[in-house]
Amino acid sequence: MKNRGAKSSSPAASLPKCPTGIQGLDEITSGGLPRGRPTLVCGGAGCGKTLFAAEFLVRGATQFGEPGVFVSFEETDTELKSNVASLGFDLAGLTRRKKIVLDHVYIERSEIQETGEYDLEGLFVRLNHAIDSIRARRVVLDTLEALFAGLPNEAILRAELRRLFHWLKVKGVTAVITAESGREQLTRHGLEEYVSDCVILLDHRVNDQIATRHLRVVKYRGALHGTNEFPFLIGEEGLSVLPITSVGLNHKVSNERITFGIPRLDAMLGGRGFFRGSSILLTGTPGTGKTSVAACFAQAAARRGDRVLFFLFEESPNQIVRNMRSIGLRLEPLIQRGLLRFHAARPTLCGLEMHLATMFKEIAAFQPAVVIVDPITSLLAAGSDHETKGMVTRLIDFLKGGQITSLFTSLTHGGHALQQSEIAMSSLMDSWLLLQDFEGNGERNRLLYVLKARGMAHSNQVREFLISDRGIDLVDAYIGPGGVLTGASRVAQAAHEKAEALADQQEAARRRRELGRKRATLDQRIAALRSQYETEEAELRRVDAQAGTRTRVLRAERTELARLRQADAIRTAARAPGKPRSKRQR
Amino acid sequence: MKTRTVKRPASGSPRRPAKPWQLRLYVAGQTPRSLTAFANLKKICETHLDGRYHIEVIDLVEQPQLSKGDQILAIPTLVRKLPQPVRKIIGDLSDTERVLVGLDLRPAD
Repeated sequence: MKNRGAKSSSPAASLPKCPTGIQGLDEITSGGLPRGRPTLVCGGAGCGKTLFAAEFLVRGATQFGEPGVFVSFEETDTELKSNVASLGFDLAGLTRRKKIVLDHVYIERSEIQETGEYDLEGLFVRLNHAIDSIRARRVVLDTLEALFAGLPNEAILRAELRRLFHWLKVKGVTAVITAESGREQLTRHGLEEYVSDCVILLDHRVNDQIATRHLRVVKYRGALHGTNEFPFLIGEEGLSVLPITSVGLNHKVSNERITFGIPRLDAMLGGRGFFRGSSILLTGTPGTGKTSVAACFAQAAARRGDRVLFFLFEESPNQIVRNMRSIGLRLEPLIQRGLLRFHAARPTLCGLEMHLATMFKEIAAFQPAVVIVDPITSLLAAGSDHETKGMVTRLIDFLKGGQITSLFTSLTHGGHALQQSEIAMSSLMDSWLLLQDFEGNGERNRLLYVLKARGMAHSNQVREFLISDRGIDLVDAYIGPGGVLTGASRVAQAAHEKAEALADQQEAARRRRELGRKRATLDQRIAALRSQYETEEAELRRVDAQAGTRTRVLRAERTELARLRQADAIRTAARAPGKPRSKRQR
Repeated sequence: MKTRTVKRPASGSPRRPAKPWQLRLYVAGQTPRSLTAFANLKKICETHLDGRYHIEVIDLVEQPQLSKGDQILAIPTLVRKLPQPVRKIIGDLSDTERVLVGLDLRPAD
């Protein structure tokens, strides 16, 4: 009977879908539940079947203009109204406006005596009446299995259920039937035998004391659907399923670069900082200043006008605001201006998926441009490595899809610098900054280096970074023969180098002075030589003059002698001009 | 069709409060099973209650809204409104012994 019903109404064309309005579910099922057919929602106690069903109806009535009938076999109308009011569903108002009819079917086995043949026509009549009274398009039967407890004759019941599901199809309503999950089959009483079009399994699992809800579309006849288990949560606005594994690698990328807030770090990345929309991993051992660096990044982004959402898993917002004030970061004004928002939660509060779901909701609500998770490793405690990687992948995918820049801090434990989980996680990240402690000479100093930066030229130098009351700054680390010099050694090294430079300068000056002195000496000697030369020259001239005089005297004497001897050979010579004069001068 | 057809079998005054047994039989249309149930009920009442009863037959096809008040699922259902407490007997009432147990006319074994 059920098969005939199903086959007669499955045309070659794509199946008409009935959107549930439940966040994410319509994406998994590519459109919703099969329209005009019953869907079985099964799961254990407390996994959210009733809320699922209620949301299906409420969304139908409020968003899709499809009135609905809620037949409850367990909860009374009043109970149901107050239960779903916690999700913000105004069931009472909807019933008043005739958008939803609540019908509580109450069966008490002890009141019922069975004699002879019967059928469930009464239920059909009730349902039919309820559907017709508001022209309902949606029906919820929660939980039909109560009938098994209330009615003794299972054979009749099964025959009637079969008739009921067929009747629902003929009626053309989209129905959600909830059922308890059984041990060996999907439902305790094998209802899946009758509802063959769509089966959704809800699950509430506890792993390491942390419970996570999962939803899986077990079966969806005639339609493609995601077959994975999808985490879902019941929040203030109803259910939300996270179909995040469907996200592919086709994000748009931005060429815009954004500053990190530490000028020297930007300089290490070609002077322009990181790409907008990229993911940054910041790993470090305890006390290396991961949170401070992250807060610095947050402040720079918020000052730029970007909205920043800061997820804290270790500190409270007030604590971080106070702590950051001590290093000169003033976060309160940014919070007040609505540019910075903290979301603090203990990692052990709930499961990974729940955390992820909460983060998604926060991100969707706040629409940030920058998301910071401090630290992502806290979440490792809430799940296995594999799960965490899956979660981070989905988170990164989600953030990249929205062009949101993300910074994840990751705690490494002392001793080994890189842990397996981080290596696994780092492959998902675009950039990886490593903060390290360097211990030596009786002190510990912090080092930072860029381990990877996709698509950016970056410095391969290790820098020392200093946290002071004026913020964070990077300084060059000295690489000495014994390794990297930091802190006091770096200062000592700097002083040493300064002293050496000073000594060099002094030496040069000394040489200059010596040279000056040499030149002076030389000049003196030159002057002395010159004066000596001049003396000698003067002497020479005197000697010359003496010699001339003597010659003239001699000549004069000879001339005189010759005159006296009356010789004439010399006369001409005696008449040479000047000679009588020079004789006269002397 | 019969709408809230009230059967007043045998004798007695027409005023309802006089009857200590108020019985209500829910049916859905005049199906053979409904007719059987009514016939069976009438026979049992005449045998065991002899004029101290009042039977009201409600056809849910005619008045579907009435199904809610007595929480009717199964058809046919016989509801003993009086004497208190309310009792429900489902089925075509063919098993007289069980009907009598259900109506507290005979203690259960």
